[in-house]
Amino acid sequence: MNILLMVPILAPLVAALLAALLGWRRLTASVTVLAALSVLVSASAIGLRIGSGAQFGVWRVLRADALSITMLIVIGTVGTLATWASVGYINAELAQGHTNRKGANLYGVLVPVFLSAMALAVLANNIGVMWVAIEATTVATAFLVGHRRTRPALEATWKYVVICSVGIALAFLGTVLLYFASLHAGASSETALDFDVLLHYAPQLDPAVTRLAAGLLLLGYGAKAGLVPFHTWLADAHSQSPAPVSALMSGVLLSVAFSALLRMKSIIDLALGTGFMRTGLLIAGLLTVLIAASLLVVQTDFKRMLAYSSMENMGLVAVAAAAGTELAIAALLLHVLAHGIGKALVFLAAGQLQAAHDSTAIGDVTGVLARSRLIGTSFAVGLVILLGLPPFAMFASELSISRAMAGAHLEWALGLALLLMVVAFAALVRNGARMLLGSPDPGSPAIVVPRSVGGALVTGVILSLALGLAAGPFPLLFHNAATALGAPR
Amino acid sequence: MTQTTYAGLLDLAAGAFLLTAVLIVWRRELRAIVRLLAWQGMALAAIPLVEGIYQGDRAIVTVGVIVLVLKALVLPILLGRVVGTEDQERRESTPLVNTTASLLITAGLTVMAYAVTRPIIALDPTEATRAVPAAFAVILIAVFVMVSRRRALSQAVGFLMLDNGIAATGFLITAGVPLIVELGASLDALFAVLVLGVLTGRMRRAFGDTDLDQLRELRD
Repeated sequence: MNILLMVPILAPLVAALLAALLGWRRLTASVTVLAALSVLVSASAIGLRIGSGAQFGVWRVLRADALSITMLIVIGTVGTLATWASVGYINAELAQGHTNRKGANLYGVLVPVFLSAMALAVLANNIGVMWVAIEATTVATAFLVGHRRTRPALEATWKYVVICSVGIALAFLGTVLLYFASLHAGASSETALDFDVLLHYAPQLDPAVTRLAAGLLLLGYGAKAGLVPFHTWLADAHSQSPAPVSALMSGVLLSVAFSALLRMKSIIDLALGTGFMRTGLLIAGLLTVLIAASLLVVQTDFKRMLAYSSMENMGLVAVAAAAGTELAIAALLLHVLAHGIGKALVFLAAGQLQAAHDSTAIGDVTGVLARSRLIGTSFAVGLVILLGLPPFAMFASELSISRAMAGAHLEWALGLALLLMVVAFAALVRNGARMLLGSPDPGSPAIVVPRSVGGALVTGVILSLALGLAAGPFPLLFHNAATALGAPR
Repeated sequence: MTQTTYAGLLDLAAGAFLLTAVLIVWRRELRAIVRLLAWQGMALAAIPLVEGIYQGDRAIVTVGVIVLVLKALVLPILLGRVVGTEDQERRESTPLVNTTASLLITAGLTVMAYAVTRPIIALDPTEATRAVPAAFAVILIAVFVMVSRRRALSQAVGFLMLDNGIAATGFLITAGVPLIVELGASLDALFAVLVLGVLTGRMRRAFGDTDLDQLRELRD
């Protein structure tokens, strides 16, 4: 069992090591895909064994519960799609001269390191180790954002590293303060940062110090999750990254950071009551949705448009977390999974559009459905998922979030969020229709779809449909995760 | 070591720690700023060293030695290598906030640090915890340096000051976080500085200099 818990962390590291030794080639790229797939498979295996309980590993440094399993499934699914698409994407970049051998080799090493850091972040029992893993994702993705080495890519990388490092440093200060409070509540110094120990001592934590820690943790992990006020890096970094990395950052990294915040919330709620984090999450979430919706309206760049759509969804997830009931947590986890796959679809399709036009301006792209059935369809399906329309799962998750918010007497926040989401909906529909429908401009370049990108896109569409039509074991898993976080009914 | 010597040394270290932060705000020469950062690293390492020797705890002394090597030697040397060779690259460009105003703001931030840390001191009023406002002041000053300076290197220095301030807080209130977390956090800081160093070099090649005002292509 110990070993099974190590698989999601070690498998990608082995792939990274292989890529470091052999460079970017078919073999190393395939091993990376297998490593991502093994995250998914091992997560399912651990999930089947633990049910609603928790399992420790490596001297209690690691701990898997239903929330870890949920997040590992998101990492594994989107990771598999993104690494699979990377094969064709990077080969095309090499052929077009956008990157060189060295750049491709670095990409081959950093992507699996990134996956491994995220797996560690969701499996860590010690919240200090969790913090180290989340900061490690910033370091691992820095050169992925700057992969193309253009001036805008450099600018995006600088902003990303500086803003996220400062944000996450604040979260570390919060962690140190929580450690201090935990020691004074009677925990021993070796275990005072363990999640299970903190939960146990949470009611005895000093409220004044915990309040200070809570504010810092919300700001810090909020920065990594794309929440106001440290959100300014997001659109730049997500739009400059290579498409598969954008998919991973938008679809997975934001929600991994948010899952850290969920864990912190479950401790803080026990110490301070639910009011403090609820207010903080409502303010941050609603402001994030507001900013994302207003910038979506004026957007002229399709990758930035997708980035702001991610911000909008993270804002909604934060608002759902503020409600904090079992239904709300379960709904937001479904939202995170469905959004992850949907975002992977649109970003991977957008990557091929960018490659064909050598531009990310919405105005440059016309009649995609008529020009490439595969790219057009997957971009359209991805947009429909993000719009929250049936038959896809975000329809169900948004409905459940609304029900949960009404149940938690947050109708006003729900009303405000829905209003802003309608604005975002209209902007996405307008821009999406402009790119997809109609007849293509004469002289539009051909859209080439490498085989691996095509495979990832088709799989993503099938997975989204399956998740929308049959919930399978997920409702049970999500409810177990909500219970593990101590969410009230 | 007597109780009085211990308290005196701890206050001295915390005071020197804060003083280097104020001097960094005052100076404009990038090499001088990096040197001050090395001094700050020494003051930071002195805190766990004094605590470890006073309590006779070898683990804390070991952490202190690691901090000394990393924060007073390795990181400043890494940053020093990024300072440009051209004249205009060696100084901070015209500041957004002038020196007098900067120093006044620094004083204000220090007062604020005392207000913010009251709950921490109330929970555990020991000698070490009483010095925590100095560490918090450095954190606030570091954020101020990051938003008011325009050279890439100054921002990296601000980030390291922030990191130092948080580490000092940890040493003062809890005698340091568990070793595994301390090592992980130090490793992250090291990598972050390496990344910022490489990016500064790339920026110099792409833009001709490292003025962050150049970074204005991406906007909505």
